[in-house]
Amino acid sequence: MTRIAIDPITRIEGHLRIEVEVQGGVVTDAWSSGTMFRGIELILRNRDPRDAWLFAQRICGVCTTVHALASVRAVENALKITIPENARLIRDLMAGTQLVQDHVIHFYHLHALDWVDVTLALKADPEKTSTLAQSISAWPKSSRTYFKGVQDKLKTFVDSGQLGIFANGYWGHPAYKLPPEANLLAVAHYLEALDFQREFIRIHAVLGGKNPHPQSYLVGGMATALNPNHTATINAEKLGLITKLLKQGADFVSQVYVPDVLAIASFYKDWAAQGTGLGNYMAYGDYASDNQGKPETYFFPRGLILGRDLTKVQDVDHQQIAEYVTHSWYNYGAGDATGLHPWNGETKPNYTGPQPPFELLGDGAKYSWLKAPRYQDNAVEVGPLARVLIAYAKDKPGVKPVVDGILKQLGVDATALFSTLGRVGARAIETQLMINELPKWLGQLEENMGRGDLKIHENSLWEPSSWPKEAQGWGSVEAPRGSLAHWVHIKDGKIENYQAVVPSTWNAGPRDAKGQRGAYEQALIGTPVANPEQPVEILRTIHSFDPCLACAVHVVDPKGREYANIRVV
Amino acid sequence: MANPEILSDGVWAALERSMTSRTTSRNVSRRKFLRFCSAMTAALALPLSYTTQVVEALEQTRRPALVWLEFQDCAGNSEAALRASHPGFAEIVLDLLSWNYHETVMAPSGKAAEKSLADTLKDEKGKYIAIVEGSIPMANNGIYCTIGGRTALDLAKEVCSNAYATIAIGTCATFGGLPAAEGGITGAVGVGDAIPGLRLLNLSGCPANGANLAATIVHWLTFKELPATDSLKRPLFAHGDRIHDLCPRRPHYDAGQFVRAWGDEGHRLGWCLYQMGCKGPNANYNCPQVQFNDATGWPIGVGHGCVGCASPKFWDTMTPFYRALPSVPGFGAESTADAFGTGAVAVVAGLTAAHAVGSIIRNQGAKSNGQPKAKKTIEPNQTPARPTEE
Repeated sequence: MTRIAIDPITRIEGHLRIEVEVQGGVVTDAWSSGTMFRGIELILRNRDPRDAWLFAQRICGVCTTVHALASVRAVENALKITIPENARLIRDLMAGTQLVQDHVIHFYHLHALDWVDVTLALKADPEKTSTLAQSISAWPKSSRTYFKGVQDKLKTFVDSGQLGIFANGYWGHPAYKLPPEANLLAVAHYLEALDFQREFIRIHAVLGGKNPHPQSYLVGGMATALNPNHTATINAEKLGLITKLLKQGADFVSQVYVPDVLAIASFYKDWAAQGTGLGNYMAYGDYASDNQGKPETYFFPRGLILGRDLTKVQDVDHQQIAEYVTHSWYNYGAGDATGLHPWNGETKPNYTGPQPPFELLGDGAKYSWLKAPRYQDNAVEVGPLARVLIAYAKDKPGVKPVVDGILKQLGVDATALFSTLGRVGARAIETQLMINELPKWLGQLEENMGRGDLKIHENSLWEPSSWPKEAQGWGSVEAPRGSLAHWVHIKDGKIENYQAVVPSTWNAGPRDAKGQRGAYEQALIGTPVANPEQPVEILRTIHSFDPCLACAVHVVDPKGREYANIRVV
Repeated sequence: MANPEILSDGVWAALERSMTSRTTSRNVSRRKFLRFCSAMTAALALPLSYTTQVVEALEQTRRPALVWLEFQDCAGNSEAALRASHPGFAEIVLDLLSWNYHETVMAPSGKAAEKSLADTLKDEKGKYIAIVEGSIPMANNGIYCTIGGRTALDLAKEVCSNAYATIAIGTCATFGGLPAAEGGITGAVGVGDAIPGLRLLNLSGCPANGANLAATIVHWLTFKELPATDSLKRPLFAHGDRIHDLCPRRPHYDAGQFVRAWGDEGHRLGWCLYQMGCKGPNANYNCPQVQFNDATGWPIGVGHGCVGCASPKFWDTMTPFYRALPSVPGFGAESTADAFGTGAVAVVAGLTAAHAVGSIIRNQGAKSNGQPKAKKTIEPNQTPARPTEE
């Protein structure tokens, strides 16, 4: 038996360490550890709740914007503020844009190198790559000349002997299965996606002033001024730019990203049986079509699936969430076997890990700065796969035909979804669904502006003097990586307490009191490892979740102060 | 081109030995490079003995190496780098520099990733640029951030002290940023405070503008030196002027035309956001000129105030974000706006400048911390006191 530590896990956001035991060439046990924290919730205390979104937004710069959105929603929920429709539309446009851009970056720049051997692209016949490209897509950049140019550029790069970010990759590993021409296609699109992500996210600069960390949110609405008859505001010129960028996004997603995922997946169908994981999936749901945020109007539906049973989707009740610290570097007053609701939690750090520098984490009793959230004591997976499965099982209009079509094209059945490959595919599916939807929301915004409705902010409860002495609320978002929620307790116009449970806490968290593994840990069991020095198979499954560790590790109260009770409103 | 395979093993060994003054590495990439050089020598019809000179000449055209470390960060600056457009990230990483270590984007993980770092430290010692993103936690033996079992401080010391220069990117790496804000407990500090004495450039901002990172790299490649800086070690090209002085809404400020409620008529007419808490008068940054995302927009342009994100301790000194900077006599009147707006008039101990007044009030009358009074270097007080005017 060999114990391997992989740290840093790269091509993710944040600091993740994975330790696995390998026996007979497969993973027999796994430990997921977050190794950094900042303590943002503590920093938020006693501050103006209207400022909170700017702080919370910095929880993550990759899934930038989603924490800002969760934060303003939490405060608005506490203060019972209903935002104007234009503000909702601008927020949804920004969040949906973020989801599309983030998923494309994830596939090409964070995940593709687990499936694509860059060096093999040098051996490709550009003519064959051209044929392959034209057989799967109408994307115009598909000529032999084009791919020859990419290959020449790559050759110059490799011949320089300075491989930069590609140095020491696991090139030549037997787990790479793509033929040379597919590798060349992927390398070309890796480079094109770099241009795409930069261009597409300009939508955030139009609506939010910048990306990362757009700066136009407000408690009560948005600061994005609307006026079709002024140069400094959202006018027809800016709407035209967004329209153009959305069109480019739709072209790239449907002609490059989705065909590439399908093409690459067809060479890796064995990964539809790997990384199967917990089999429990949860989504809070998001993108309401009414301003009250009613779950029944969600574009991404809410639900819970247990034991891979797609015939039964349960509702989600936040009060059924509890967090454990049994294997996290904290203690609970009532004992570490206790599970506490996030709004009733306590956080007393108790670092028992090895003092750095260290090789291995030790006995594994406590091994992460992440807590272990559970739903009705079930470990659950969140993210694109959970969302697509819930929409599929609920027969959300427009979803089932897309999913079934893709399954048919790959020649697999629905059980293939419960896998590493399923996560990759689900991400592409929901990107396509979202890019189809975004122009509709823009159209609604344009229609409102055309009618003279320029309202973007509900002013009546802006001043703290208009607030109740005490209030509490929560706000949830379906972030690119999954279900995110913030809880806030406001007292005397200031933040009394602030709490966040984020997607990667659900997925990357450690074991709980019962010893149930977290989603990453469970998904790694049974993963083949051909060469422990080159654990590309482990990276495949971990990356299929799109880890975001800065999000996951931020909850700490070292002074051991108890969080006040927060009733979920 | 001649076939370098004609070289005997003995020649290879001699060639490699001759290179040991430049590098002791004999990894594959090095061998490939030497092979390439010998082929070049043959192609130029030079005697084989000239290969050493060719190697040296070519090595001078080797792309400068860079490593990017991430500590207590949100990766926002890594994302900002991806948004750079002239040059773009692909050009920077593939054509201009040798981007040898950057966890967010690099291919290898774990030990293979560590090798990329170790190789650079060994082969490019004293020549590479180190970029640091995120603050460095000093409390509790550094356990709040470990990578590969090593603390952020341990890694930063080794990497930055062997670099030609270090660029701290983003306000966490420059000045401690969010983890260092009041309430934080990790002992977070910026690179300059964690490791004094480095050749350091502070590319501040939350996150730093990708355009400014690209500009810094181009500056270094073009002028063979790092750009000139202000007293906070921030490049003058990005932080030489106040936002307020460059703001396209400045005429509305001078004319006393202010947004007074979100979405009001003034807001829809692009008026000044001062009353809504804009910190533009208190912040030095080139946002109004360069803007973000390929000059597509910037926060004030879209209708939200500046939060002073490139300034030290802005999470404490610039908050509450929606409170207007304190008023001063004559504020808003065109006749006197220039007196405290442009700094053209002598600043008397920081008392008449709107920004300085803001700092002093926010720090409960704390005395000046001795920062230079020159226009280009006036910044919010660095005292980490929390605002008390609730």
